[in-house]
Amino acid sequence: MKDNAVIELKDVTKVYPLPAGDVIALDRVSITIKEGEFVAIMGPSGSGKSTLLNQVGCLDVPTSGSLFITGKDVGEMNDDELTDLRLEKIGYIFQKFNLIPLLTAYENVEYPYIMKHKCHDTDGIVTALLNEVGIDEALATHTPPELSGGQQQRVAIARALINDPKILLCDEPTGNLDSKTGTQIMEMIKALHNQGRTVIMVTHDPKNLDYAERTITITDGRIK
Amino acid sequence: MIWSDIIFQLSVRSVRRHFLRSVLAALGIVIGVIAISSMGMMGTNMTLSVTEQLSSMGNIITVTPATGNGGGGGPGMPGGSSGTSSSDDYISDDQFRDIKRASGQELVYYVYSDSDSFDVGPDSGRSRIYGLDPEVMPEILVLTDGSYPKSTSGVLIGPTIAERYDLTVGSRIKLGDDDEGPQSTVRVVGIIEGRGMTMDISTDSSIVVTEKFFTSMYGDEGEYNQVIVVADNIDDVPAIKAEIDRQLNKKDDEVNVQDSSRMLTTITSTLGTLTAFVMAIAGISLLVAAVSIFNVMMMSVTERIREIGILRSIGTRRSVVRRMFVYESFILGVAGAAIGAVLSLFIGYFVVLAMTGTTEYFFYPESIVYIPAAMCVGIVICVISGIYPAWKAANLDPIEALRAE
Repeated sequence: MKDNAVIELKDVTKVYPLPAGDVIALDRVSITIKEGEFVAIMGPSGSGKSTLLNQVGCLDVPTSGSLFITGKDVGEMNDDELTDLRLEKIGYIFQKFNLIPLLTAYENVEYPYIMKHKCHDTDGIVTALLNEVGIDEALATHTPPELSGGQQQRVAIARALINDPKILLCDEPTGNLDSKTGTQIMEMIKALHNQGRTVIMVTHDPKNLDYAERTITITDGRIK
Repeated sequence: MIWSDIIFQLSVRSVRRHFLRSVLAALGIVIGVIAISSMGMMGTNMTLSVTEQLSSMGNIITVTPATGNGGGGGPGMPGGSSGTSSSDDYISDDQFRDIKRASGQELVYYVYSDSDSFDVGPDSGRSRIYGLDPEVMPEILVLTDGSYPKSTSGVLIGPTIAERYDLTVGSRIKLGDDDEGPQSTVRVVGIIEGRGMTMDISTDSSIVVTEKFFTSMYGDEGEYNQVIVVADNIDDVPAIKAEIDRQLNKKDDEVNVQDSSRMLTTITSTLGTLTAFVMAIAGISLLVAAVSIFNVMMMSVTERIREIGILRSIGTRRSVVRRMFVYESFILGVAGAAIGAVLSLFIGYFVVLAMTGTTEYFFYPESIVYIPAAMCVGIVICVISGIYPAWKAANLDPIEALRAE
């Protein structure tokens, strides 16, 4: 384990067994990401970048190889431990925003807080975060379908930040937004990085690469 | 508080999102709860009502000839040498005196009974005929009209027969079968008050004649069909019963001695079986409801796959997802059971009224308890139906679930 490495992949291989033959989505990938880095992952569709992000996001476990998140071996964790790791150490920002349609914007942001603390937020953290991303209290009472794409992504960012995670995973964060809103969202992510968070972003958009400090290109499951 | 639980809120909102579908699924539970509780209450009310009637006859002991005890030799061997045969199908005068002695100061009377056809004008019918000592009649029968017979041709009739054949005091009845010999014409002198279910003699649809008339018509003088002991004090019944049994059944069982407790046991257990059976049929409706809840829950899981994926990916444990779906089926169950309980009060009331003719016992604890009991059964069945869908939801692969559209 190297100094201040937040994420460390060693020979990570992911194989999806299919009737037509095994698909090797990741082929002995080794990456080390240091604390506070902003890493962009590029690659054509089907190259394995989503699989890579799923490994780092602890939604999936490698077929072989090892993965350390904040120094802990993910391969040795059970489902509940992986879930708690996602809850506390990782913030997700998705291309499709992925807010819960049954909850209001406020409740969407508060949800991970409740999962972690087993109680409601009484300190106004949720409202403060929503203000920070530009969602006022009136908008916060709306449900996601009543919000615009940009507003939804702002809520999603607030949700990702509620438990103050060390790592932010962004899966095409501007993919469903117009370029002006996309730039605003990227500026916000950049600001979060400047606050000291480790950001890993999968993107197609070359414009977004300018925000990153390092770019990893992946093709056919291998790093170039 | 469960209400402030965000997982519970998600379940409530999910139920509300598909309101019509949820209502239809809960309707099954509503019907099931109504069916089970109404049937249960009906059975209990019947039992309570029968018990009440029978305990009012608790002071009556009936002595009937013991039949079917094949002591030795063929049954019904004629012309036995001894005066008292052990397998007679009547109670002899000697035995009657023994019973009287064994019973002490209580009222003891004998009953002749037979069944015969009769004609009333153009109508004919068949009825039980009781022959009683005219002196006993006023002690055991209450009349609504007329008086007790003073001559042999005077008879008393029960209210049911009176109504059916439009008989009043003074009406004439021809007793006996027209084809088999001369009929005897008797005159109705009194109408007996309705007695309902009885331990001694069922007079409601019978004709009561004097013993003199009975023996002249049917013969068999001194061969009584049953002897009835009416105890003043209900607490003396077991002792009297034992004494009669001791005095008469010395060698063989010559007589059966019964009080209402045995009848009560038989009827109660029969009603119990019947109630259980009817409730089991009603239970099928809950089973159908369970299938419908299961179906709706599976639909809910399928529709919310993506939502489940999101919840899991942002750090929701499997157990929490499971809880969310169990809550959902629980909400359907509680809503259905609550509506069912309210409706059971009304529907059950009318079912009980229709089947037992009285709602006197409806609010007794042992009757009304069927409502909360049926509610619990409904809720439990709902939750059980939700377990598999909840388990399925919790075990979805989060990546697959996120990918779902």
